[in-house]
Amino acid sequence: MDLALIFLRRLSHAVLLVLAVLVLNFLLIHLAPGDPADVIAGEMGGATEEMLAEIRELYGLNKPVIVQLGIYLGRAVQGDLGQSFFYNAPVSELILGRIGPTILLVTAALSFAIFVGTFLGVLASYKPKGFLSGFVTLFAVIGYSAPIFWTGLMLVIVFAWLIPVFPIAGMYDVTLDNGPVGRVLDILHHLILPALTLGIVYIAQYARLTRASMLEILGSDYIRTARAKGVSGPKIYGYHALRNAIIPIVTIAGLQFGSIVSGAVLVETVFSWPGLGTLAFDSILARDYPTVLGILFFSAVLVIVANLITDIVYRFVDPRIRTGG
Amino acid sequence: MAPLLSVKNLLVEFKTRAGIAKVLNNVSLDVHSGEILGVVGESGCGKSMTALSIMGLVPSPPGNVAGGTIELNGEDLLSASNKRLHQMRGKEISMIFQEPMTSLNPVFKVGHQIAEAILLHEKTTKSLAWERSVKMLDRVGIPEAAIRANSYPHEMSGGMRQRVMIAIALACNPKLLIADEPTTALDVTVQAQIFDLLRELQRETGTAIIMITHDMGAISELADRVAVMYAGHIIETGDTKDILSKPQHPYTRGLIACVPHLEENPSEERPYLAEIPGVVPPLTDLGKGCTFAPRCDFRTDDCTGSQPSLSKISDQHSVSCFNLNTVAS
Amino acid sequence: MSSIETQFIPKSQHPIVEAIKAFRQSWAGMLGLILLLLVILFSVAGPFIYAVDPFEIIWAPLTAPGVVANAPFGTDHLGRDVLAGLVYGGQATLFVGLTAGFLTITIGILVGAMAGYYGGGVDEILMRITEFFQVLPALLFAMVLVTLFTPSIYVVSAAIGIVSWPTTARLTRAEFLRIKNLEYVKAAQSIGARDNRIIWRVVLPNSLAPLIVSATLTIGVAILFEAGLSYLGLGDPNAFSWGMMIGAGREYILDAWWLVTLPGIMIFLTVLGFSLIGDGLNDAFNPRLRER
Repeated sequence: MDLALIFLRRLSHAVLLVLAVLVLNFLLIHLAPGDPADVIAGEMGGATEEMLAEIRELYGLNKPVIVQLGIYLGRAVQGDLGQSFFYNAPVSELILGRIGPTILLVTAALSFAIFVGTFLGVLASYKPKGFLSGFVTLFAVIGYSAPIFWTGLMLVIVFAWLIPVFPIAGMYDVTLDNGPVGRVLDILHHLILPALTLGIVYIAQYARLTRASMLEILGSDYIRTARAKGVSGPKIYGYHALRNAIIPIVTIAGLQFGSIVSGAVLVETVFSWPGLGTLAFDSILARDYPTVLGILFFSAVLVIVANLITDIVYRFVDPRIRTGG
Repeated sequence: MAPLLSVKNLLVEFKTRAGIAKVLNNVSLDVHSGEILGVVGESGCGKSMTALSIMGLVPSPPGNVAGGTIELNGEDLLSASNKRLHQMRGKEISMIFQEPMTSLNPVFKVGHQIAEAILLHEKTTKSLAWERSVKMLDRVGIPEAAIRANSYPHEMSGGMRQRVMIAIALACNPKLLIADEPTTALDVTVQAQIFDLLRELQRETGTAIIMITHDMGAISELADRVAVMYAGHIIETGDTKDILSKPQHPYTRGLIACVPHLEENPSEERPYLAEIPGVVPPLTDLGKGCTFAPRCDFRTDDCTGSQPSLSKISDQHSVSCFNLNTVAS
Repeated sequence: MSSIETQFIPKSQHPIVEAIKAFRQSWAGMLGLILLLLVILFSVAGPFIYAVDPFEIIWAPLTAPGVVANAPFGTDHLGRDVLAGLVYGGQATLFVGLTAGFLTITIGILVGAMAGYYGGGVDEILMRITEFFQVLPALLFAMVLVTLFTPSIYVVSAAIGIVSWPTTARLTRAEFLRIKNLEYVKAAQSIGARDNRIIWRVVLPNSLAPLIVSATLTIGVAILFEAGLSYLGLGDPNAFSWGMMIGAGREYILDAWWLVTLPGIMIFLTVLGFSLIGDGLNDAFNPRLRER
């Protein structure tokens, strides 16, 4: 089948998923105990009668539920996710202001994890019973078992007390005015600890996955063929085997994007990273539901887009499904 | 004339949970330039391991070449450096395998996989190597070679893939090609095509071939000489004609009798489907006697005492059996 | 080579007996089991041996460990005993972990079994729903659920279960797809066994090995989830938990390292116990991998 056609189908699929998330948000507002107007106002019982009346009018809360859903979807499609009364700003504006840092954090952590994890996994597969192999297996179990926010806090203790080389809070130093290049470097400097924290769990998982698939691939017939035609060791590992081992890594990376966004929420609160996570945390404490639901929506969209990209990359790395459908 | 390949007293062992398995015991064989040597025997008799030993590809661990010599044109392969082995594999000796479905790397185009072999062993450019790989595809009988070079393995049938394997193996004009049951996984009609192709290419290039198979029919059609293996030993070797018409070892006789046939009115001595009673002994526990003794109708006391050595009965024909006279009569 | 190995097939035993034997040989599995038993002992018997109210103020705030005898692990920012918190905090954590884990596995197996066994339209619909749940970042979704409904350990457990089941569902579905085409299932169908019976009595028992491994890991993940929610202040405010202690101690991290470090170690050890048991079980159920 034509690649463009496949992509179009995936795209329409993605749009349906986005709509479904909006319907979920609508349902959550109505399923929550109490008056939906209160939920939308975001001040559980604290909003003035005047404000509530205005909300009821705006969202048609006196009309049948299906009409309300229509109104809600209609507004959402136009980019109107409601008004945050806590921040006194439109929710979409609030979120768009914070989504950049989250994307930066997540992609940094993910690429870091994929590169380092794959590298470690390939090295470990060289000697399946060697020291590095044992280390990778152990590191994976440990990385998997430590709460991510705790890992972050431990890094804060280490880097604030013992080796104060990385900043432990914020995304850049507001007191510095060092031009655009200096600002970028400053952001990267601030990014290291949060990205490392978020990445550690996934480094461990990718290293383990790479090691396992490399070992399987290295025993396969086509690697024997490569050896039989005179390909030498490093090229067997780094080219013939790795090129195949990438396939499961891409699959897993795509599936894990949602869990990475979740992890980012916790890591952001540890390092006061000004992204969606800290916004979610602050607005939950303030019971600012429109913002909270807006964040849920936007992060789901983030995952949907990431899945779409994975799907394309996947077709690129595995010729067997490229024309499959 | 000195042989192209000379294997002498090769010993290969495998560590298994049940102990050390002696996979190859004193295997000796010669291959001369331009000839086709057939190696026959049932599964697990060591034919594939002989091939992997020659290629230097015995999986280690658990495998281990414990003794013997393998010489190609007088050069000892067992003591050669890794670098030298990489130079020789694909250039001097090539190999094709049993499973064409899984023997090609699924993520690379087949043209690329042939060109890689050329680029590894010869100083040439990528585009020239690609051109040559298209030529190779054409030579192994793949239609529209220039287009098919851009295909991925999964887009080809098993027979096509085996042709690609042959193209990879012959890309650098090796002196010796080892074909390890190249047709076992293929349809009968495709099998014949692959055999024809191998014979044709062999005549054109003069490459010597070691043809490993359990198919006596293929042997009779292709091979100039035959070596029969049983439980890690070569038990009989000679010209194909002699082996097929005058087999001396009881196992070889059994093997030939086992070839199913469709003659009318099968006799008692030659039923449609014959079999050799019993099973191959465990390679971890071979004992000191003839390995075939437990299954042999002609067994005597000598047979359980020691393994008979391979001795000449004519210029070309050697057998390892104590009771040749009783077997013959 | 396979032919060499198949010559030495060891005597066969009931797969469960074999698996228990293999599990006992796995140092990871045994270490995990010991760790977990210690944590359970600490959390269940601890409160009887060390009966100090974790909410009670007993000494000056932020006293370091080892300074005073009645607060051996120090005090928190309100002057409450940290050791008492560690002892009591395990109960809520383990309760939520087990309940949420159980809920996750139940929903996951139900959905996965139906989708995998019936296939077709049922599969299509159930997998679309699964996909939808996988698109929502689980922690954020759980945060929203917990905030919309008043947080209690039951709401927290339910929220974790609702957001976590897709992984189990996918695994179950894959197993069912694999097994339902095997001969013994066809045989059961051919003698007229009902679908219900085939699903639960034929297919499920044969897919248990990977599901048990996954269940062990799922409980670990649920505990991490509970810890994350409590850390953010979204846990049950009336139940003392390790995550809550870390959340409360976060502001004092540079003055009182023990407030975040100690409860974190407890969570880590608990989850590590489950992960190692999962590893051990995985080795035990996959004899092929044991050879590596």
